[in-house]
Parts: sequence; C-alpha cells; structure tokens
Amino acid sequence: MDSLLHFFQSILTLKGSFEWATVGRFLFSGFILKGALITVVLAVLAQTVGTLLGLVLYLLRQAKSPALRWLAEGYIWLFRGTPLVVQILFLYNIIPRLGLVQTLQGITIFDVLGFSPVSGNYIPFDAFLAAFIAFSLNEGAYMAEIIRAGIDSIDVGQMEAAKSLGMPYGLAMRRIILPQSARVIIPPLGNEFNNMLKTTSLAIVISLNELLGIAQGIGTATTHGLELLVVASFWYLVMTTIWSLVQANLERRFNPSGTPARASFLARLLGRAPRDATPATLVGTTNR
Amino acid sequence: MSEQTIPTTNGTVPMVDARDVHKRFNQTEVLRGISLNVARGEVVVIIGPSGSGKTTFLRCLNHLEKIQQGSISIDGENIGYRQVNGKLVEDKEANIAKVRAGIGMVFQRFNLFPHMTALQNIIEAPTHVQGLSRVEAEERARALLTKVGLDHKADAYPSRLSGGQQQRVAIARALAMTPKLMLFDEATSALDPELVGEVLKVMKQLAEEGMTMVVVTHEMGFARDVADRVVVMDQGQIIEQGPPTQLFNAPQQERTRTFLGMVERAL
Repeated sequence: MDSLLHFFQSILTLKGSFEWATVGRFLFSGFILKGALITVVLAVLAQTVGTLLGLVLYLLRQAKSPALRWLAEGYIWLFRGTPLVVQILFLYNIIPRLGLVQTLQGITIFDVLGFSPVSGNYIPFDAFLAAFIAFSLNEGAYMAEIIRAGIDSIDVGQMEAAKSLGMPYGLAMRRIILPQSARVIIPPLGNEFNNMLKTTSLAIVISLNELLGIAQGIGTATTHGLELLVVASFWYLVMTTIWSLVQANLERRFNPSGTPARASFLARLLGRAPRDATPATLVGTTNR
Repeated sequence: MSEQTIPTTNGTVPMVDARDVHKRFNQTEVLRGISLNVARGEVVVIIGPSGSGKTTFLRCLNHLEKIQQGSISIDGENIGYRQVNGKLVEDKEANIAKVRAGIGMVFQRFNLFPHMTALQNIIEAPTHVQGLSRVEAEERARALLTKVGLDHKADAYPSRLSGGQQQRVAIARALAMTPKLMLFDEATSALDPELVGEVLKVMKQLAEEGMTMVVVTHEMGFARDVADRVVVMDQGQIIEQGPPTQLFNAPQQERTRTFLGMVERAL
C-alpha cells in the first residue's frame, strides 16, 4: 500500500523534479493575472474586429463590382493561405514603420493595461498592436465564411418579404436576416473565440507578454519552466470554461422560438456538436 | 415621377399600369409582352397553367423581379426603373423601397419572420419604415389581428401557428403598411385543404372593402365569386380576359377552354 502511494507520488512529481508548491506559488501571482488579462483583452478585441471584418468581406463578396468581389476573394485567399505566425511576424516588422505606436501609446486606457514603459511589467505596445492587427485580419478571413454560411442558410423568402414591406437592403439585413443568421453563426463563432483565446499565445514569437509569454519568462528565470506551463494551462482552461458558459447562454438567447438545438454543457466542453443542430433544423422552422 | 402619369379615358390614374412587359431568365423568355391595367378598387385574378408566367408577372409588379423591356407604374409612379436620357435605368434602392412600401404582398410560403411573434411581425415595417410609434403600430396591429380572427395569437411565434393562421398573420402584416394595392401570390397553394377557406374568407372580405387586388390563384371558385376581371395567361402572354361569368361560361380561346377543362377534371 505504501509503495503504491509512493509510485503515484513519483509520477505526479516526475520523480521529485516537479514542484507542485511552485505551481501554487505562481498560480495567483500578479504577473500571471496581468498576462491573463492581456490575453483576454487581445482575444476579445481581435474577435470583435475580426467578426466585423468578416461581415464587411461578406458584403464585398456580394458587391456588383467585380473588382470589389475579387478584392474580398483575394484577401481571404491570402489570409487563409499563409501561416498565422508569418502574419504576426510580418505585422511586427511593418508596425514600427507606420509610426502609429507613439500616437496610440498616449491613450490612458493602455497605460492601465500596463503598456506604459514606466510600469514595472512592461507590455511592448508595438507587439500588442501587431498581434491585435494580425489576429483581427486573420480572423476576418475565417469569419467571412462563417457569416456567409449563416446568411445563406436563411430562406430567400425572408429577404423578399422584408423588401415587399418597403425595407431597404440594409434595414432588412439588420432587422430580419442577421438576427436569424445569428442562430447559425453563434455556435461556430463560439468555437472561433475559444480558439482565439488560446491562439493569442502565438504572440510569444514577438515577445508579447501575454499569459504564456509571462509564464515562460518566469519559468526561465526561476528554472521552473514546467510548473509555469501548468500555471498557464490552468488559466487557459479557466477562460475557455467561462466562455463555454457564456456561449451556452448566448445560444439560448438567440433561439427564442425554443427549437431544441443545444448540446449539454458537458458535450460542449468536450467539443461535441449538438446532434440535432443540422442546418435543416436550424433554419426556416416555419416555412415548410 | 409625375410626368409618368398617364390618365385613362375616364381621367383617373390606374393603380397598376403595366405596358409591354418582357422578362427573360437567361435565354428563356418567360414574359412576352404583358400589358395590364388595374383600376382603383378592382380585383383582378390571374389564372393559367403552371409555367405560364403569372407568378413572375406578379413579382414584377413590386420589382422582386427585374424586367428587360416595357414599363410598370403603380398609382402613377414608375417602379424599379426611371428614364435617364431616354433609356431605362434601374432606380435607386431607396426609391424602389418607397414604392414597395405602398404595395402589400402575400406569398405562397407565408414568409413570416420566424424570430418574431405575430404582433412583432406586424409592427416591424410600420415602426421601422413608416416611423410609426410603437404604441400606434401596436394598436393598428391588434386591430388587424382581430380583423383576421387571430387577436388571441398576438404573442405566438409563427412556428406555433397553423399554415392558415400564418397566412392570415402575413395578410395582416401586409395590411399594416396601409397599402393601396395588394398582391397575392398563390396565397392558398401551400395550405392543407381544410385551411384554405379561412384565408380565402379574409381575402374576400378585403375585396368587399374595396381594396385593389391582383391575385394569382388556382382557386377557380374564388375567381368566380370575387374577381371583377379574370385574366388568363399562357406561355408568357395574356391570352384572354373578361368578367368571370363570361370567361368561365363562354371562353373565347381554345387554350382557355383546354385549361379550364383540365382544372375541372382535377376537381
């Protein structure tokens, strides 16, 4: 019995080389929490801008002018066809040459987040800007597809009915089409944001001190790299778990007529799609 | 726009003035020169075999379909196109929307907005297009729901309504914009037989109240009872028209007789 306990203990501590106490010591450290905050801010901003960009790309693809359509297609081709890390590195090299950094750095809200060079744990603003822009541009290319799928899933009769009531295209989109598409768009959008929370860690290649960057920094300094990876993973799990709850709530809100198309919370955590959430049940519950 | 106004012989502007309308889908010409006037208060029922272009023509009347030739004006206003240096150019979206706001349309498949209750469906356009206050719009909507016999279903979502109920809400939704013209595109074709009557009753009541209506339907009984004039279309053209008694009892054209014969056999 004693030896069995010993066996498990040695696995859990990797034969004594892994210190759980160190994990505990840094789990709630101010540096780590600030890194987590940067991660959340970056993900929320990039997802928001990326989603709006996706909508713009969708509209450009519908444009009458072939030049605009090609512009959108070319954009999506470029950003889906090159690695995100390359895009991040590109922007990191481009940003300083645009002279934006100084201007934006003066804004107080960024000071609060720790971008000010005088604050103790300096978050390089040019890196933040590069990461934010890269994630947004990249996300836009993917959101364009998701938004198109959502809007295309709506029966053409809906737009015709709206038009026949005298609604111009923009109003019909905003009041009739998009709210219905939201039901179809929100589940994949939720997946995108879940990805975004974790993908922000790629910004480590430009030394942005977000969650992973800070954990890695502390890990190197204290020679407890592995323990700090566990700390970082813990906070990524906290974020994605909270997001799963928010997403479930959102999906309920956008499904007022109450057609059951939801996975259980557990299934959602494990990434399984709801069984009955096929496009056929998600759209046009009335029109057949 | 008023320069497009063309008075008829008795001096009033027709509600619908369609002239030589041609419509092509790619190579296929589905409308081959349709001219039709509908007077204020008149109920015109369009019948004809499927594929004759009657639904397409109806959709041209509120510019859900573009036309390649000819002109359509509603109450003296051109819809969809305006003259620029003698050439017809598609109108600005805002202008098209403005003319459409005065034309109600009822679709075969209802096309209610599924994310809104019956009441919300009805107040949507009055509040957002006409700029009516919510209170006024709701008052109007409830009166219309009572009119179509569905005041108790104001808060029901379309998915909880039968086909007949949905179509009656759709009629109320169109009427909420106080249209001067109503278009009905096979409004009862998607309904179970036992639900057809309740929708036709509402349509008949509207006609009796003096609404100008253009109705595409397969319901010959409705055409006989309610129409002021029945128009028969075949292969993209109007082949015959006249008052229902004359048209049903003594059709002039062979093709009309064939069509009416087929409809009768089906009953």
